[in-house]
Amino acid sequence: MKVRKLLSMVVVAAMSVGIIAGCGNSSDKSDSNAGTNSGSGIKGTVSTNGSTSMENVISSLIEAYNEKNPDVTITYDATGSGTGITAASEGTTDIGLSSRHLKEDEKGLTETVIALDGIAVIVNKNNKVDDLTLEQIADIATGKIKNWSEVGGEDSPITVIGREAGSGTRDGFESIVDVADSCVYDQELTSTGAVIAAVSANEYSIGYASLSAVSDEVSAIKVDGVECSEESVLDGTYKIQRPFAMITNDSTDLSNAAKSFMDFAKSEEVQDIITAAGAVPASKQS
Amino acid sequence: MKVKKTIERIMNGLFFLCGMVAVISVIAITLYMIICGVPAIKEIGIKDFLFGKVWKSTAKEPLYGILPFILTSIYGTIGAVIIGVPIGLFTAIFLAKIANKKVAGVVRPAVELLSGIPSVVYGLIGMVVLVPAIMKVFNLKNGTCLLAAIIVLAIMILPSIVTVSETAILAVPKEYEEASLALGATKIETIFKVTIPAAKSGIATGIVLGIGRAIGEAMAVMMVAGNVPNMPKMFSSVTFLTTVISKEMSYATGFQRDALYSIGLVLFVFIMIINVVLNVFLKGREE
Repeated sequence: MKVRKLLSMVVVAAMSVGIIAGCGNSSDKSDSNAGTNSGSGIKGTVSTNGSTSMENVISSLIEAYNEKNPDVTITYDATGSGTGITAASEGTTDIGLSSRHLKEDEKGLTETVIALDGIAVIVNKNNKVDDLTLEQIADIATGKIKNWSEVGGEDSPITVIGREAGSGTRDGFESIVDVADSCVYDQELTSTGAVIAAVSANEYSIGYASLSAVSDEVSAIKVDGVECSEESVLDGTYKIQRPFAMITNDSTDLSNAAKSFMDFAKSEEVQDIITAAGAVPASKQS
Repeated sequence: MKVKKTIERIMNGLFFLCGMVAVISVIAITLYMIICGVPAIKEIGIKDFLFGKVWKSTAKEPLYGILPFILTSIYGTIGAVIIGVPIGLFTAIFLAKIANKKVAGVVRPAVELLSGIPSVVYGLIGMVVLVPAIMKVFNLKNGTCLLAAIIVLAIMILPSIVTVSETAILAVPKEYEEASLALGATKIETIFKVTIPAAKSGIATGIVLGIGRAIGEAMAVMMVAGNVPNMPKMFSSVTFLTTVISKEMSYATGFQRDALYSIGLVLFVFIMIINVVLNVFLKGREE
């Protein structure tokens, strides 16, 4: 009896392995089918490496690009801007991704800004405060300013609502306002929508969200007197913004595939894709 | 004849296969949790991991202390039990002993419906109704807190406590109660001194089931607790073991991800312990 039990268990195990193997095969097949149907002549692999904040933008760009050029495989390693820039300068990746500008000592590299990330600071509709300086925002985020009366509002406590650790918006806000790792939040929510909903529900609250997501439910405040809008992000007057840039090494030539992907990312045809991914397309500049 | 036998055999095999799906899943999940969870714990150091008070998974010098989450999960569950068990138990007594058929016919389906409501709906109502209410009643600047999570959890565990306790109370032999009544005890005295003690292992099973549900709940809690990795306080934003995983996993990379797996392992161990306790109670009941 025991032997039979054991035997059947082995059979089950063997069968499940078979099922898994079967799945693998079929997916391989469909991949190669897609390959042969391709229209464009470009082939190859492109590796990108860097900023985790750019995940949304890059993933949707890769998806759109692959629809046109199925023979090109583009990989994306979400490691961080610093790692991405290092990888580009060492030549271990084709395109480095950075959500900050290159520093002066990072030489031999070229940055191509494909999009701008504007982060709006939002408050409840009933809040009279509509203009804060960057320092005031930083002090509110770190808990130094605890009452709206300190920044010209009513005498009520401030509730700081932010995003979860690892979120690109949080990383962007904290690095630009220069409060990285020292923010004191009252709520950490997992989506832009949740932040907006929470701010619209709590009269005392302040939060941040991607510019593209801000709706009428909340009011976006001016930062240093500049309203947050696509125009003010593009002309650079709105402070809480950062570039999404592709970093390439000057001393090596890009492969055809990498070049075509970069051209695609810069082109005007991807404006909607970048906007949908929550950023302002740089091709709208000028 | 032969065909029949083969069909019998095939069907037997099919049933066996279906039965194995659960076993294989449990084994696979256990192995996976251990393989994915142990390395990060080793690297952080089990003491710093379990007893560290600060969780800063994405800071430049990251800290991975999960004591706030463990304590929050424990406090939250205890709080839910403190509120939920008396209400659940009294509901069960009411249904089994006191309510007339008409009233019970309304209350019982209501309790059963409660167990069918998806947790995200609990969370939503908690977020829209409970959180602002707590803010107003306690005059807080922020309503998302441990208390909100406890109240939501307390309501969520009611059905398992009520249904299991009611069955246990109904299973108490009539003779016990009749004897008590015959000796001159009132109905309420009989319930508290005879019926409940006789049904205690069944009631305990219901409570442990409720604890299992409370400690494993993520969605509803995430929507009302605020999710800041603070040490637990009744009126501050807190993060549970479950919610830290669900909130950070989507963007987690590298070591942060490994650490989240380790939290999953800790949660897994918690739930295993609860299951073992539950089994002990169930066995005690059979004997």
